[in-house]
Amino acid sequence: MTLRMSEVSKGDLLPELSVPVTRADLVRYAGASGDFNPIHWNERFATEVGLPDVIAHGMLTMALAGRLVTEWTGDPGAIANYSVRFTRPVVVPDDGEGALVELSGKVAAKNDDGTVKVSITARSAGQGVLGGASAVVRLAQD
Amino acid sequence: MPLDQSFIGREYPPTPTYEVGREKIREFAEAIKDRSPLHRDPEAAKAAGYPDVIAPPTFAVLLSMKAHDAIVEDPQLGLDYSRVVHGQQEFTHHRPIQAGDRLRTVVHVDDIKARTGNDFLTVRAEITTVEGEPVCTAKSTLVARGTAEDPEGEDA
Repeated sequence: MTLRMSEVSKGDLLPELSVPVTRADLVRYAGASGDFNPIHWNERFATEVGLPDVIAHGMLTMALAGRLVTEWTGDPGAIANYSVRFTRPVVVPDDGEGALVELSGKVAAKNDDGTVKVSITARSAGQGVLGGASAVVRLAQD
Repeated sequence: MPLDQSFIGREYPPTPTYEVGREKIREFAEAIKDRSPLHRDPEAAKAAGYPDVIAPPTFAVLLSMKAHDAIVEDPQLGLDYSRVVHGQQEFTHHRPIQAGDRLRTVVHVDDIKARTGNDFLTVRAEITTVEGEPVCTAKSTLVARGTAEDPEGEDA
């Protein structure tokens, strides 16, 4: 089912999403995306360059935050614009559990051109990991 | 060494053609744990009004990052990639990327700024079909840590 413009109001909260991220998930994302930077899978390398541990790809965090929006609209093709700042890394320990990325969002505006702007919050280990994250989606008109 | 600001406005030649495959889209969707049938099932995608399976919104990074190589590896610019972190990312989708697309990417250097000892490089990748139809504009800010001059007193 896809969401329609008439079903959305400014201030609506999106259904929250919590996504566990393990080292295995990082290896899988590295393969799928072609980003093999060792800071995403090699703890020795990560700590040598001053990181606390292996960190998730920023683009993986952005992709997970995108799911918050596409699972809400039901149509991944509806995103017209999607933008984030990477403010803090998601640290992924090798403890069998990894990190949890917690996502929430809110309808910030309904625009006259039939689009909706959503603001997104992404947190891990109690801290925000994305800044100014927002998406503009085109919804079906009634 | 700070980056040479005369590179602002530079455009690099188009990348080789990238053919978008159904299985690559499925693999990417699996990696981000996205369960939507529109990434896997051509019939579901057609029922939703698309000609074939469509890619998740951040799939375009495969093309934009590959296209960044031209900038990152440009010896004249002299970017130290081992110091580069991803600062910002924005995608403007003119339409979804879909299986069967034959795409190429042209990258532009939109801006170079030095601030508190870091170089900020704003790069724009224009992704189009080989026929020239606009598909996605991907803007990235790459931050090279500690490569710029840090004049005393500035942004202290």
